[in-house]
Amino acid sequence: MDRILFGDNQFFAVNHISDEKSRAQSIKFKEDKTILDTIDISRNLCVETFMCTTHDRIYNICDMVRAEPDKYSKFSIYPCMPYAHKYANAVTELGIMGTIKHYVPGNFFGSIFKGGMAFVSKDYISIMELLIDAEMKMFKNINTPVIFLQNVITDLLLGLDMKDILKAYHDYVIKKYNAEPGYITMNMPMLLDKLESVGIKNPIICSSINKAGFRMSGGMKLYENVLRTKQVRAIAMQVLGGGAIPAKEAIEYVCSLPNVESILFGASSKQNISQTISLINEFDEKFAKSK
Amino acid sequence: MIKVALIGAGKMGISHLSILGAHPMVQIVGVADTSKIVNDVLEKYSGMKTFTDFKKMLDEVKPDAVFVSVPTKFHASFVEELLNRNIHVFVEKPFCLNATQGENLIRLAKGKGLVNQVGYHNKFVGTFEEVKRLVNSGALGELNHFIGEAYGPVVVRKKQETWRSDPEEGGGCLMDYASHVIDLINYLVSPITKVHGSLLKSIYSTQVEDAVYSLLETSNNVSGVLSVNWSDETHRKMSTGITIIGSKGKIISDASELKVFLKSDDVPEGYSKGWNIKYITELTPSVDFYLRGEEYSAQIDYFINAVAGKGPNEKNSFESAWNTDYAISLIKNKKN
Repeated sequence: MDRILFGDNQFFAVNHISDEKSRAQSIKFKEDKTILDTIDISRNLCVETFMCTTHDRIYNICDMVRAEPDKYSKFSIYPCMPYAHKYANAVTELGIMGTIKHYVPGNFFGSIFKGGMAFVSKDYISIMELLIDAEMKMFKNINTPVIFLQNVITDLLLGLDMKDILKAYHDYVIKKYNAEPGYITMNMPMLLDKLESVGIKNPIICSSINKAGFRMSGGMKLYENVLRTKQVRAIAMQVLGGGAIPAKEAIEYVCSLPNVESILFGASSKQNISQTISLINEFDEKFAKSK
Repeated sequence: MIKVALIGAGKMGISHLSILGAHPMVQIVGVADTSKIVNDVLEKYSGMKTFTDFKKMLDEVKPDAVFVSVPTKFHASFVEELLNRNIHVFVEKPFCLNATQGENLIRLAKGKGLVNQVGYHNKFVGTFEEVKRLVNSGALGELNHFIGEAYGPVVVRKKQETWRSDPEEGGGCLMDYASHVIDLINYLVSPITKVHGSLLKSIYSTQVEDAVYSLLETSNNVSGVLSVNWSDETHRKMSTGITIIGSKGKIISDASELKVFLKSDDVPEGYSKGWNIKYITELTPSVDFYLRGEEYSAQIDYFINAVAGKGPNEKNSFESAWNTDYAISLIKNKKN
């Protein structure tokens, strides 16, 4: 994985500390073109990986990327699925069965070959595979070397102790997409233990890691200890604590940690994007000597 | 270990179940749901014992505490059954379909000394907790007026009917959505005891209201406006906010950001004259297991601690949730 990954929260009005900022982002990124232009800013600064949820608007971004294969030859997307609000709203409206019917590709009862049989035989893993295929459709012919399970689903399965499903996700991503499976979570130490218990070694786990200890369940000390002593390919997200930690301090902390393979960040303006990238480079250089 | 069971494995029920599953003091002993598929998945992948009849579950697994998250119309009878069996109860909001149903349950729980809690999770959100602390400390002086708001994209087109669109089952924006804001006003300002007028408007739904606008008054004579609309797709998810205006300052808060304006130098610690901004990142203590928001774990921790005899059973008691049911009935009765 690249050291720096560009995220998508800012494009879809996801802001953890301010509803006002989130509205401003909604207005700024109304056009899909503006999103792609901002991704291009990060690409021009050598950040060629975009990590994004399977939001409906990503369909259009993918179309635009496919239209210019030369321009985007080095570009990769790390999809994160599912876009949870899409399903949460659907479950409220259609119920669990209705939601599955709605999102499984094609006509659900028409695709009886896999889906229908799955229901008859109560093969829920096959249903999950169908849902993954549905989410992956938009990325056709785009390089997706790592595919992530979103934190709401990862953590729901974790709490319910559904480790076989976490494992089935892992296996299917490798088998069908020849990609590496990744997990986003707000409970990194607990998830790592669970994944190890089903034989998944050195997994890619993306979690909140920041100087404020924000959304680091179980506490910062526990996270730092896991990074120091266990085998995990960690991606740090929410490194700025939603914007509450000054950038320099925030980046210095994350770069000082052992075993953080990548840093995920999102920003809307050219100035913030280039500032964050140069801070990461600066502190990486500083800590390279001591690591 | 506290033996906990769940009745109703829908969206909130499954979320509670996951948090309970990760809780070090909890052993999940059973789940009751009417959906065969949900039960099947839970048995197969979580190894949980499931039932379609909740009374059969209670007979068999004998839980110490039960989480109830079923459509509101079942709350009163299910909770009564649990209390009669001496089981501690956590029930989803709103508490009951009307104010009369709840009175009996409050008496029953009190008489038996059982822990009782309702799922108004906003009381566990760091920003709103800070509002409560500021108001109680007198930082705003004498309270004068409030605005309670919530907007979100629940019903954004005409669509298939569910129990949420049936007024008899506790559906509609007032009971399902505005109840959160009403409960927050009751908690942060004072219980609502008078309603001067209400508009309950349908936007897409045929049987229930999609928006509630109301003029309110609390027991300490503070006036306020309620403005709630669940057909507002300019918000990505439910956004709940409260503004409180007093003689010494003003607070504007939502679940992520707290803005406080203080008129004088006489300020609480950590604040100064003029505008002060604080974020949820500094106001929310971290939890041991996170799913969808710290507040969901925090409210369960609070309940489990009370059941274990290690903490109070004050926040979100049946009694406080009854105040919200009562305010809902006042708003309905003053419908223009």
